[in-house]
Amino acid sequence: MADATLLIACGALAREVMALKKQYQAIDLKLICLDAKLHNTPAQITEKLRQKIQAHRAKHTRILIGYADCGTGGDIDRLIESERAYGEIARLPGAHCYEFYAGTKHFQQLADEEPGTFYLTDFLVRHFQTLVIDALKLDLHPQLLGQYFKHYRRVVYLSQVLDPELQIRARSAADRLGLHFEQVHCGYGLLEGVVVQTIETGYEDQTDHRLLA
Amino acid sequence: MTDENYDDEEIVLSELNDEELVQQMHDDLYDGMKEEIEEGTQILLERDWSAERVLNEALVAGMKIVGIDFRDGILFVPEVLLAANAMKGGMAILEPLLAESGVEPKGKMVIGTVKGDIHDIGKNLVAMMMEGAGFEVVDIGINNSVEDYLAALEEHKPDILGMSALLTTTMPYMKVVIDEMVKRSIRDDYIVLVGGAPLNEEFGQAVGADAYCRDAAQAAQMAPLLLHNRQAARG
Repeated sequence: MADATLLIACGALAREVMALKKQYQAIDLKLICLDAKLHNTPAQITEKLRQKIQAHRAKHTRILIGYADCGTGGDIDRLIESERAYGEIARLPGAHCYEFYAGTKHFQQLADEEPGTFYLTDFLVRHFQTLVIDALKLDLHPQLLGQYFKHYRRVVYLSQVLDPELQIRARSAADRLGLHFEQVHCGYGLLEGVVVQTIETGYEDQTDHRLLA
Repeated sequence: MTDENYDDEEIVLSELNDEELVQQMHDDLYDGMKEEIEEGTQILLERDWSAERVLNEALVAGMKIVGIDFRDGILFVPEVLLAANAMKGGMAILEPLLAESGVEPKGKMVIGTVKGDIHDIGKNLVAMMMEGAGFEVVDIGINNSVEDYLAALEEHKPDILGMSALLTTTMPYMKVVIDEMVKRSIRDDYIVLVGGAPLNEEFGQAVGADAYCRDAAQAAQMAPLLLHNRQAARG
């Protein structure tokens, strides 16, 4: 007999989903995570997801993809379309995790207000050194900082929890990049609603069909 | 030869023959060694190579290898940027000579990132490779509205319009620009190339571009062919 919902998520959401599972006692929600470093190589995300879906779909009545579009240019949505024949499947709404944390409308406001915004989440604050400084080789080649960030004006930290240590680290990250710092506390945003909905009633398709147009 | 001897061995560029030097410059470009590229460029010029030949055989050919390995996931953005910086070092030496030689540009391109998108690393690489391929490039920068693009087309009268986007949220704006060009009956006056990490060929066709270019090297390869085909079609 198939189990309940399987959430195949970006590793960047692992801590947050675990917190929500605990908060809502969602013991039937099974979580599998892909390496969060795929954030930096989005072209590889869809194939990794396909492998996980195909390996696990027989055991689950519902699969939720814990990614937004995440720079795949609609590839995740196309994968979901192709997998629909095998069972219920959908992904998180929006273009990036920033968007489902902040909410689509608020995220759009932030982007319109200042296109040169570099976003941080709790995860990105915790792993700023690895995923930003090391991945961009800024310690080895500090001269590249200007090329990467010359058009950025500010860092907006979309926080999930109010943790003074993370706030200090987020501010320090902004200083490292030479950018103005702002914090917007979002909590788990749309992620919370989606996880709760999945637990209680099954997931409602929120695929961004604009990406398929 | 022991490892110790090997480590101590220093390559003296001026002692290499032409073929070895060009190969070494490809390696140095790959490793982002700007000073070595500048030195190699000077040496080839002193050996009576034309600026155009140095550009094509030493720099552009080397950068194509970088582009291929970037596409295949062997190199990443930092390495490509370092290679591009090295190439720019060589190009800075060649540019006055190329201008002096009076070689007519193969064509003109206006390029910029779309409205809402400030990510210009890919756009800058395309501009550099297009210049390397003999095109005059007018770079209109970042965050361009329809009006910005149309004004640049009117002012510079290019053969090619290039639009770039990194974000899924901004890439649909390319269609806004192309639709406006269609509305004003100027779409067919230009070759429109689109590119950026989240794009693909299907998207390029959907927005009405002439071609999607997956990387800078491909853009520089495709542009002359599309221009040639267009000129041939017009007789």
